[in-house]
Amino acid sequence: MEALIPVPVVLPLLAAGIKLAIGGRLRGLQSLISVVTLTTVLVVSSVLLVAADTGGPLVAYAGGWAAPIGIALVADRLATLMLVVSSAVTLCVMIYSISQAYADQERTAPLSIFHPAYLIMVAGVSDAFLAGDLFNLFVAFEMLLSGSYVLLTFGGTESRIRAGATYVVIGLASSMLFLVGIAVAYGATGTVSTAQLAERFSVLPEHVKLLLELLLLLVFVVKAAIFPMSAWLPDSYPTAPAPATALFAGLLTKVGIYSIIRLEALLFPGGPVSGLLMWAALLTMLVGVFGAVAQTDIKRMISFTLVSHIGYMVFGVALSSVMGLAGAVFYVVHHITVQTSLFLVTGLIERRTGTTSLDRLGGLMRLAPLIAVLFFVPAMNLAGIPPMSGFLGKLALIQAGVADGSPMAITLVAGSLVTSLLTLYAVATTWNKAFWRTPPPGMIKKVGTVLEGEETPVVRATGTEGITGRAIVTSSTIPVPMLGSTTALVVLALSFTVLAGPLSALTERTAGELLAREPYISAVLGGGR
Amino acid sequence: MTISLLPLLVSGTLVAAGVTLLLERSLIRVLVGVILLGNGVNLLILTAGGPAGEPPLLGRSDPERMADPLPQAMVLTSIVITLGVTAFLLAVVHRSWQLTGGDEVQDDTEDRRVRLRARRGELTQAVLAKQDAYRRLVREQREELARLETARREREHREAQELERQILDVNVDLGRWLQAHKDAGLSSEQIEERLAEARRAEEASKEGRQGRVDKLRAEFARREREQDEREREIRRRFRVRQREARKQMRAAIRADRERQARAQDPDLEGDD
Repeated sequence: MEALIPVPVVLPLLAAGIKLAIGGRLRGLQSLISVVTLTTVLVVSSVLLVAADTGGPLVAYAGGWAAPIGIALVADRLATLMLVVSSAVTLCVMIYSISQAYADQERTAPLSIFHPAYLIMVAGVSDAFLAGDLFNLFVAFEMLLSGSYVLLTFGGTESRIRAGATYVVIGLASSMLFLVGIAVAYGATGTVSTAQLAERFSVLPEHVKLLLELLLLLVFVVKAAIFPMSAWLPDSYPTAPAPATALFAGLLTKVGIYSIIRLEALLFPGGPVSGLLMWAALLTMLVGVFGAVAQTDIKRMISFTLVSHIGYMVFGVALSSVMGLAGAVFYVVHHITVQTSLFLVTGLIERRTGTTSLDRLGGLMRLAPLIAVLFFVPAMNLAGIPPMSGFLGKLALIQAGVADGSPMAITLVAGSLVTSLLTLYAVATTWNKAFWRTPPPGMIKKVGTVLEGEETPVVRATGTEGITGRAIVTSSTIPVPMLGSTTALVVLALSFTVLAGPLSALTERTAGELLAREPYISAVLGGGR
Repeated sequence: MTISLLPLLVSGTLVAAGVTLLLERSLIRVLVGVILLGNGVNLLILTAGGPAGEPPLLGRSDPERMADPLPQAMVLTSIVITLGVTAFLLAVVHRSWQLTGGDEVQDDTEDRRVRLRARRGELTQAVLAKQDAYRRLVREQREELARLETARREREHREAQELERQILDVNVDLGRWLQAHKDAGLSSEQIEERLAEARRAEEASKEGRQGRVDKLRAEFARREREQDEREREIRRRFRVRQREARKQMRAAIRADRERQARAQDPDLEGDD
């Protein structure tokens, strides 16, 4: 069973290497490799989740070196749960992107560059979930970031380069901070293994501990786009290709949240920082949602709600109770799926109409009823309408907040209700403008121009950017795989309602394991001691 | 364990210089900043590994005196990663230079649009506020004029009353004088005589009385004239002030509109 642990990291990397070697040839085979790889990762992750849930954390030592020295990959409940959700999402988005590339008649570039970058990013995300030491976590971040740099600047168009420059600099700066944190941690304790750090931090002087905690927290706060450090996200995400944005929104910020959960639960339990995190959570929720209300572009509106809803997860982490952590983990699972499906639907809207600007949209309800349903369901789910998983996640967090009972927790409960309402307002405005209203004549412009020299004559929407940065092909019929993968994600998010019992039991067990700390530490260090 | 201060100082200096450059708007400076920052941080990791020692190779040196190999491995990894990402950033800078002819970090277009919308709202607000202020000014001036008008009318009324009282006084004096002579048992002829006498005698004083009345009338007319003049002056001043205010309002609105037009033009948008 331990031999399976490296698979989610190694397999995508291997596939990326093979794809780079093949280059732009053999389209069918290339797509097949990607899909098979990601499906395998999904299966392996599910097997690991079951194994970790029944038999406790699994540990694999890279290169056969035992724990404190060797690189440990740890698959406990939290890591494998995240792996399962992330690989389900990556598989859907991959199918979507392949279909989009076909529909846009992008011949070689997506396969020879997009797919390897995508797979390297997936490997990085998996590695971040499995990493058992800080330096490996840093390497994982770098892997997923370099993948995302390539995806974000794909095609090198002006808007993507503009957004990409900021994004790369932010990524670099936070990586440097992370390295400083690792250096300080190593200088103070002589180890980078998280299990060993967890043991040694308890004997460090308080101020050194606090410095380290704040330093590492700052890094993950940047990655997770929590309030004072969230400005980069709505600026850079919307310009990327639709599938890449969907993946970023679903996974990259959650990797940050995952790291914060690990940091707070395993390395610094009961630290003085949780008050600070509460404030950060409140401000993230409110600032994000006010930003969302002000937007006139669907992609940007969703990006702002993404920032806003990160606050919910931080709230759960800051409570540092079993209920709070369980709620946070549940919310992470729900939010990955919902946020990704919203971005994918936005891609569909763009394909149907050639724009995502609310000033130029209208009447989509009649024009494309299926897209309307696919937008409506996750949008309501995001806002937390019962009985969808968004409601359940928020309910769990609010219950945890009330159970905590401190004034700050109650304030946060109120704040999260306000945020939920404002999210509803933002998505309802979008719904009214884009789907419900009858467009005044002449508002919807001609969506594009027919270009010569294509495989078949197509209409490309001016002002849009597909995967390679060329304008996307608009059509009244959406390719089936794109619709299918989006529907799959929407249904997956809905299934969390049906499976709410087992899922919340699992998240509660996860939270219990996290707060107990001992299973993780002894599983990692058991062989090395 | 003693730690040499020098590597820490060098590392701190490098990081400080790197951060300073990172805050620049030119991407090339940012790139140089990143490189400096990376070197500073790598040096910090090396320093965290403790004092220097012999090469950590088994069989070649005594394990007691070996340097800690772990930070060295980490630094190697981080150097490779920083190199790769820096190369990527360089490519982005080059592409940015190809596309825009500069290497400055550009403003977000949607941000600009949102800001523009906010500014348009502000402009409307400002215009409305200016128009309000103008209307308020006109209203205040009208009220002040009305107040002046009432004050004048009251004063006129008072002055007319005063005049009448004085005329009445004079008549009362005359009546009392006649009564006094009648009481003294004088016949009407005698009274006539006395009156003529008194009239003669008091020609001067009577003239004085008449003169007093005339003087009062003249005074009254003069005051009225002055009043009129003052009022005219006030009205003129008000008109000038109104014109001035209207001119100012129009200029301000025009300036706002111009600023907005400039903001809409992406070429002219500077760092305002």
